[in-house]
Amino acid sequence: MRFLLDAEQTAFARSLDALLTAADTPAVVRSWGAGDPAAGRALWSRLADAGVFALAVPEAYEGLGRRPVELAVAFVELGRHAVPGPLAETVAAAVLLTGPGPAKRFLPGLAAGRTIATVALPGGGPYVLDTDASDMELTVTGTGSAAETGTGTGSAGAELRVTQASGSPPASRVRRSLDAARRLSLPRAGGELLDAGPQVAAGAAEALRWARLTTAAQALGVGLALLDRTVAYVKRRSQFGVPVGSFQAVRHRLADAKIALEFARPLLFGAALSMDPADIAAAKVTACEAAYATARTALQLHGAIGYTAEYDLSLWLTRARALRSAWGGPGECRAAVLGTDALSGGARRCS
Amino acid sequence: MDLTHSPADEAFRAEARTWLGAHVPARPLPSLETAEGFAAHRAWEAELGADRWSVVSWPAAYGGRDCGLVRWLLFEEEYYAAGAPGRVGQNGVSLLAPTLLVHGTEEQRVRILPPMARGEVVWAQAWSEPEAGSDLASLRSRAVRTDGGWLLSGQKTWSSRAAFADRAFGLFRSEPDMPKPHQGLTYLMFDLRAPGVTVRPIGRLDGKPAFAEIFLDEVFVPDEDVIGGPGRGWRIAMSTAGDERGLTLRSPGRFLASADRLAALWHGRGRDPFTRDRVADAVIGARAYQLFTYAAASRFLDGEALGPESSLNKVFWSEYDVALHETALDLLGADGEPADGDWAEGYLFSLAGPIYAGTNEIQRDIIAERLLGLPRGRR
Repeated sequence: MRFLLDAEQTAFARSLDALLTAADTPAVVRSWGAGDPAAGRALWSRLADAGVFALAVPEAYEGLGRRPVELAVAFVELGRHAVPGPLAETVAAAVLLTGPGPAKRFLPGLAAGRTIATVALPGGGPYVLDTDASDMELTVTGTGSAAETGTGTGSAGAELRVTQASGSPPASRVRRSLDAARRLSLPRAGGELLDAGPQVAAGAAEALRWARLTTAAQALGVGLALLDRTVAYVKRRSQFGVPVGSFQAVRHRLADAKIALEFARPLLFGAALSMDPADIAAAKVTACEAAYATARTALQLHGAIGYTAEYDLSLWLTRARALRSAWGGPGECRAAVLGTDALSGGARRCS
Repeated sequence: MDLTHSPADEAFRAEARTWLGAHVPARPLPSLETAEGFAAHRAWEAELGADRWSVVSWPAAYGGRDCGLVRWLLFEEEYYAAGAPGRVGQNGVSLLAPTLLVHGTEEQRVRILPPMARGEVVWAQAWSEPEAGSDLASLRSRAVRTDGGWLLSGQKTWSSRAAFADRAFGLFRSEPDMPKPHQGLTYLMFDLRAPGVTVRPIGRLDGKPAFAEIFLDEVFVPDEDVIGGPGRGWRIAMSTAGDERGLTLRSPGRFLASADRLAALWHGRGRDPFTRDRVADAVIGARAYQLFTYAAASRFLDGEALGPESSLNKVFWSEYDVALHETALDLLGADGEPADGDWAEGYLFSLAGPIYAGTNEIQRDIIAERLLGLPRGRR
């Protein structure tokens, strides 16, 4: 029992933080949202060089083995720096590609950052993220309602298909998210059949878990960044002759944000250790609620400057809202915690 | 990063579970805030103490098992999962004992700790005064030097358990002319039945005499009952306050057990859709508190001191406890109203959490200043 990150994991976080701090991610986010993914792709490639995507890929396919704790460490940093793109989706894609043929064909590219993937899974919402900036879109269909639960019942008709970049939807079919950096479109029908059968439904349920875990980690990072930026702001912004950070109403809101984020953190790493669906759901809802509450606090304490698109705070504010509904909203996650959805496999004790 | 326990720790857990399975009273004891319940709980402490389960983390020499923080956490998980009674000795065990283990003399430890472990002497804390609550440094009760000891005079209030307890500990102003209010204070232990002591029980929200006012009129305390030397009370008390808010006042085991009970109630009441999200949050909150505590314990075992993080902990558990009980009462509806129901009793008890041990407003100020680095403000 030593429930702390080790020196190597902490160093990994620090090196990603340094890389991303130097990369001017706000500019990258803005151009990605404007439909110019070049800077985002360059950053993606550097993140891959640092090993981020290889953490979702088995060693047999040029990855580092699936390492959820390290992946969570990395995604907290991606969230802190508001890195754009289908990040959790690429992890989910790597987890979906387990058949030897597709794995050999696609996983090395995902691990190396040459391929950006996005996915549409049962239970994952109506839209796929950033398909216009991705190299491939994976789609799981035919699982039936029971298959969304991952139980395998009625999942014999499940199909995993891929469409490649050349089939990107026309720009007119891409919708902007309320987060200006996220671009949404409906999943495409057809494409090349990669695999079919119950194992596809099981793989989709597994991929959903990894997408939820990494989304939770990103949300925690978003919340931490919002808190840091707001603390810095209220220390330098003066009203009535004193820093606004000396007002108790301000101090107490920030203390509440700190409490919420610091209690979301152990849930995240506990979930990464167990990979239990209920633990992951608990981490997802808690990290997203904490990040969102912090976003509201950040906006309120920044005042009007926070309510502008020009000021960088907006990049994190809207991300917190979008991540809250991505890959299982608060209601779905809470149902999973209580064992009332089939993903969690029934009621379970908390300890 | 690891949440599994060593085979030796798991064996300890199994031993505790077996013992508790054989000894936990089949029916709940009466409330410990009544004379009858206090006596029953004292007897339970004696039963725990006889097999050295009352204070597992203490040194064996004083009645404990020398087991570290992790085993204490495991024991608490088992204790509350087994439905074992609330601990009447808690003020002494979790507030006074850690102070004596660090700042006390060996004579004090040998004299005071073993009877505390056996429930023979139950302690009340006597910190607050009518004009000194969260602003503890403003207290006015005084200790005046006399032959071989001190004479205590003044008034303490909100003293938990004092209605039935045997002894108490608190701060007294021994050097009234010091320039700063937290200087010149002395930490003393005194007998609640000594000449000059009047205890007036105060009914809590539920009417039970769970705390009391203590009036002191030249109460003699011998030198041997000064903790850590005259005039050093503030520093010593602050280390106790840290413990109170920190790891050992509210164990995760207690909340895990409560959340399990709530989830079972919810499943048993048709999975009421109106409370679903709050029940889930109670289950999540217990797990978060458990894991937060494991992380804090890991840092402590690495040699880090527990600092202002304990303020995060205090706000979290005290507000969690209220929300958990509110959810249960809302789920029960009118069935939850009778005051002798478990959830109603727990609810009334939980309401004190955000107020005592340093109000949550004070804790938020500590978080703002010491964890976030915000400028000091007018309170």
